[in-house]
Amino acid sequence: MAEIMYWEALQRAHDEEMARDPLVICMGEDIGVAGGTYKATKGLYEKYGPLRVMDTPISEGGYTGLGIGASFLGIRPIIEIMSVNFAWLAMDQMFNSAAKVRYMSGGQLTSPSVFRAAGGAAHQLGAQHSARMEKVFMGIAGLRVVTPSNPKQAYGLLKSAVRSDDPVFINEHELMYNMKGEVPDEEYFHPLEGSEISRSGNDVTLFGYNISVHWCLKAAEILDKQYGISAEVVDLYSLSPLDRAGIKKSVCKTHRAIIAEEDEAPVGVGSEVIAIINEECFFELDAAPVRVHSALVPQPYNHKLEKAAIPDHEDVISAVLKMLGK
Amino acid sequence: MKLEDKKRVLREMVLHRRFEERCYQAYIERKIGGFLHLYPGQEACCNGVMEAARPGHDYVITGYRDHIHAIKCGSDPKAVMAELYGKETGSSKGRGGSMHIFDVAHRFMGGYALVGGPFPLAAGIAKGIQMKGGDEISICFLGDAANNQGVFHETLNMAALWKLPVLFVCENNQYGIGTSIDRSTAVLDQFKRVCGYGIESAQCDGQDIDVVYEHARKAVDYVRSRKGPYFLELMTYRYRGHSMSDSRGYRTREEEEQWKQRDPINILRDRLIDAGALTMDDYNAMEKDTDAYIENEVIKFAEESPEPDVADLEKYVFA
Repeated sequence: MAEIMYWEALQRAHDEEMARDPLVICMGEDIGVAGGTYKATKGLYEKYGPLRVMDTPISEGGYTGLGIGASFLGIRPIIEIMSVNFAWLAMDQMFNSAAKVRYMSGGQLTSPSVFRAAGGAAHQLGAQHSARMEKVFMGIAGLRVVTPSNPKQAYGLLKSAVRSDDPVFINEHELMYNMKGEVPDEEYFHPLEGSEISRSGNDVTLFGYNISVHWCLKAAEILDKQYGISAEVVDLYSLSPLDRAGIKKSVCKTHRAIIAEEDEAPVGVGSEVIAIINEECFFELDAAPVRVHSALVPQPYNHKLEKAAIPDHEDVISAVLKMLGK
Repeated sequence: MKLEDKKRVLREMVLHRRFEERCYQAYIERKIGGFLHLYPGQEACCNGVMEAARPGHDYVITGYRDHIHAIKCGSDPKAVMAELYGKETGSSKGRGGSMHIFDVAHRFMGGYALVGGPFPLAAGIAKGIQMKGGDEISICFLGDAANNQGVFHETLNMAALWKLPVLFVCENNQYGIGTSIDRSTAVLDQFKRVCGYGIESAQCDGQDIDVVYEHARKAVDYVRSRKGPYFLELMTYRYRGHSMSDSRGYRTREEEEQWKQRDPINILRDRLIDAGALTMDDYNAMEKDTDAYIENEVIKFAEESPEPDVADLEKYVFA
């Protein structure tokens, strides 16, 4: 098992799927000749040529719709949206065409398309380049949403998404492309549904996804060493559908839940997880579940304001200590 | 077109007209729900273009005024009517409705309800054709008002850039819902709007099927020979409102009457009579047979078909 970077894991998944199936293509802004803003498609243009590695004009709605149309004929497009903020322009096609076509055609047509987008707050990118938008995607019937928290997931989820006959949205993070992690040397397919226990514990469950899994892991380590608190960390890599059984199982074990999300709180992952806890295992709770989330503001530019807007592992620790009365 | 073909097409156009008028009646009777957008007045557009193309072989995609395009591609009118009735035997198993007729076996890739939404999908289908190496073309039928959406321009740019085999047919019926084209659009001649993308285009009468056919043949040949995309604007008119909830208060009855003087079915009928290929009695019999077919087979099938099972509510969400 080799240790590689998150972007290398994505690049390897692209390369393997394109080598295997001539109907797999990728498209997006600057993904070809320029090699990709986050290098996820590095070297593919030279290997597979312009018909399969398409540098698109800056027309998110147009090229996303074009990829979806091609998918109706069995082409499997991997459509990169440079920043998730630009995905607003492509959502009509993602939601109204890709996600609904199977249902409204009575199962005749399906869109085996993959959408990848870099989201999250990076460093002082301002209001229109820092959004976390998973809440928007995870409420759409017919669209799968996954969000890898490490290179192994980045590789395995993209491989599975390409092979899926459903449209899949992959939510990545601008700060994670250079993260290192072990990825199996052999081909690996990560399930598109479910959740993973990243760290086992007994006193409280910390639910995270994508970057917030890392806040939770860091918080769990500090809670263990400094406070003797045993926190379980559950990685919700699938945001749609959410893993009801996995959420229930962990809450039934620890009886306390904290959900950490980089997104703003309203109508988000946290509120959805709490709703599931209420529906599945309300009487197992020893404390009211708590959300750790960003402030409801357009992302500020100033570095102090930006830091204040976005939570981190310290906010998770504070929430746990407060919940446990320490 | 040969005389025999013209007679066949006349019969089809009569079916298309009577089918839609029967939908109107079924809607009034509350047998059909939702929104209903009808095609009378525009029959020469779909028929003229598809006679020049290869129905069932070439891919067709359109907006919500889609019943007739599906039938022209080869859909069984019974399945289309059953869809309007929301039945399990409908073309989309009752899950789509009037605006979402699909018949993938006949390469009718669907009706879509977001104005302009099919533009990039059509270009994508053309990309799929290009990758698979077939001789098909992708045909996108939309109205004039769709050209004011951003994806129209994004799609034209990409279609021209990548020389995609897609034919855009603009059925210019002069109105976007209830707003006339001169009140919504800076340039009235739609075929001129694509020149900035270096796309070949033409405009012609959309009421005379012979004129449509001749222009469409040139357009289809151009796209099929892989010279790039083509934009064909057909000047036409819809007799009914945008949908059934439209009382047509935005236009005069005089204007409607003027267009009805150039009815596409009458134009073709009279030409066949003048050529000695048809009599008025033949035509009347054609209408009568068509009505009997619609009533005894199409409506009967839709009425008698079962509704979807509620237990199957979540079927077709995921593969």
